[in-house]
Amino acid sequence: MSRTATAPSESPLPLREGVGGRVSRRAALRPYILIAPSLIFLLLLFFIPLVQTIALAFRTSAGAGFGNFGKVWNDLDFFDAVKDTFALVVVAVPVQLALALGMSMMLRHVRRGRDLILWIWSIPLGISDLAAGLVWLAILTDKGYLNSVLFQLGVIPGPQSWLTYETPVVLFCAILTAELWRATAIVFMILVAGVQLVPKEFEEAASVFGATAWQRFCRVTLPLLRPSIQTALILRTVLAFETFAVVLAIGGTNFPVLISQAFIWQNQNQDYGTAAAYAVIVMVVSLTATAVYLVALRPRAGEPA
Amino acid sequence: MRASLAALSGVLVLSAFSVAPHPARAQEVTFLSTQMRPLEEAQRARTQILNGAPVKTTYVPEEPPQLPVHLQADAQGSHTISLVGALHGEFAPLVPMGLLAPLDDQEALLKQRGIPDNLATLAHLGGEHLMYVPWMQATYIMAASKKALQYLPEGAKLETLTYSQLGEWAANAQKATGQRVLGFPAGPTGLMARFLEGYLLPSYTGGTVVNYRSPDAETMWADFKALWAHANPNSTNYNFMQEPLLSGDVWIAWDHVARLQDAFRKQPNDFVAFPAPAGPKGRSFMPVIVGLAVAKDAPNAAGAKQVIDYLLKPEMQVTTLRVTSFFPVVKVAVPEDLDPGMTLEAQAVAQQQAAPDAKPVLLPVGLGSHGGEFDRVFTDTFQRVVLRGQTVHEVVQREAQDMQRVLDAAKAPCWSPDPPSQGTCQVK
Repeated sequence: MSRTATAPSESPLPLREGVGGRVSRRAALRPYILIAPSLIFLLLLFFIPLVQTIALAFRTSAGAGFGNFGKVWNDLDFFDAVKDTFALVVVAVPVQLALALGMSMMLRHVRRGRDLILWIWSIPLGISDLAAGLVWLAILTDKGYLNSVLFQLGVIPGPQSWLTYETPVVLFCAILTAELWRATAIVFMILVAGVQLVPKEFEEAASVFGATAWQRFCRVTLPLLRPSIQTALILRTVLAFETFAVVLAIGGTNFPVLISQAFIWQNQNQDYGTAAAYAVIVMVVSLTATAVYLVALRPRAGEPA
Repeated sequence: MRASLAALSGVLVLSAFSVAPHPARAQEVTFLSTQMRPLEEAQRARTQILNGAPVKTTYVPEEPPQLPVHLQADAQGSHTISLVGALHGEFAPLVPMGLLAPLDDQEALLKQRGIPDNLATLAHLGGEHLMYVPWMQATYIMAASKKALQYLPEGAKLETLTYSQLGEWAANAQKATGQRVLGFPAGPTGLMARFLEGYLLPSYTGGTVVNYRSPDAETMWADFKALWAHANPNSTNYNFMQEPLLSGDVWIAWDHVARLQDAFRKQPNDFVAFPAPAGPKGRSFMPVIVGLAVAKDAPNAAGAKQVIDYLLKPEMQVTTLRVTSFFPVVKVAVPEDLDPGMTLEAQAVAQQQAAPDAKPVLLPVGLGSHGGEFDRVFTDTFQRVVLRGQTVHEVVQREAQDMQRVLDAAKAPCWSPDPPSQGTCQVK
């Protein structure tokens, strides 16, 4: 057992061999060698498909051009998909940020059971998008848990449809609720890490000078949390633009979003070019959102980065 | 040492077999098929269907897009394939490529086994010669919960139902129960497009493409919009109708036999299966026909024909039904020990096929990679007219242009029941 454990250190890595120059060159190379596998991995499985997708989006039977984007423009569901995607991002992300801020602030004052609360709040992180969608579908479908409870309470006379094209507002709220339930945890986790780095002394100093709790939060905590908020917002917004499985499970074709349209064009219509055009549009939107956050939340002169 | 020598000699013997054209080989039949592809299904085809064949048969599954490539390579090279099993639409492009042998000597077999005339006509692929022998079929039928039967309009019978009676039926049920119990698979992966292009539209216009913007088509869309008022609004989320049927959300539904199967198998006493409704131009339905063809210059054409004869025997057709859930094309008595759910479906499939006003409509032929876009024209028209309430006339005019664009891109000639065209099919 111990032999196995010590075996790697016995391996003849010639760290101390040769002249000093060689050692330092090797030492300088070492990080690159260690990083190389992950770089190659990303290059193979991310960068190349990315280039291929972009190429696919601009390739039509008539040669290179914007033909696929024309098809996207003429797609019956395109404008609905844009509207729905942005509605979801614009509503969900701020609400998630507010919830996560509130949760992480409250957690600061918890002494006993902090780990347990942290653990429970992070449960949704471990659930796949599709599973989360199906959970909410089971709750909200005609013969689901919600209707059963409402029926038992005598609120509704029979099964009530919530997720159809006839009830778009409820459908949106259902998808929003599922998204909040599923994805607030990731924002919360990032903020909790940030909150832990904020020194208590700053707030104590502020309270000595008579700042109210709200003032301390707005003037002290929030600016110090800016890097965490920036990370959380970028991550969450990019992911929100790519929301797919939850929407597909709950909304089906009644709530088209950009990514579900890409899926439908690729899977149902077997039109890879148009699907790629959708994917490129989502990428451009996500990159733009990231750039906006980077600029809007950049540290002002004299502030720590 | 001795073992390795034995192995070496074994390899030498084997390689001698594979290099020299061995007489035993010509006695065998190599069967290339686009159906029963997954490993388990292919194995069942070998051990449960082909094991009793009069000629030793090697079953080789192949992906549909690869079929023409594989056959062409074989024709130019090794000449191993004798028998080909594929969908009707997959055979169509093989004829102009000269990859199939005419099977006119099998016409008598078709008659003898009682293969319906409309299937026999299709098997000519629009030419003079019989190009394949129908082997097995699937299709789309209706299913209803027995609870719904009490609301059938007066005088209406399930076997001779019309679309207007279907509408009345759903309206009666809604009035009595307060629920919309008619359902369609209009969800993201549902087969609504097949309903529109193979059932509803041709029942009103007699075709799928040519009359897309005809007054008959406009009547159809207006009627369907009225009928949809009684359809469960969750229909746009349904993919497999067996699920809402089993949960009781839907009492009357249309879908592919394979997507209704669970309902019939789990509760054979609660559901009835029946043919699709008829419209003014007949009872259009879409058979999914799998056929058997013989490769041109097949190494063992005679053996292949023996296998065809074997697979068309009534008892083999029943075995095929048990193994694959594809229904017989020949006249067979459904055995009593068959799963009761399957029996229900088999009877409905036979009724639909044999209805006096039955009009088979082909799955789109010759669209290649544009098949999805073609389907989308139908689902877009449906969305615009029925779900978004746009004006029927304007929508069909607009979508007809889109359909023409798809047909032009695919350079697809018209397919049955639309009249044959010179060159690309044209929307009137």
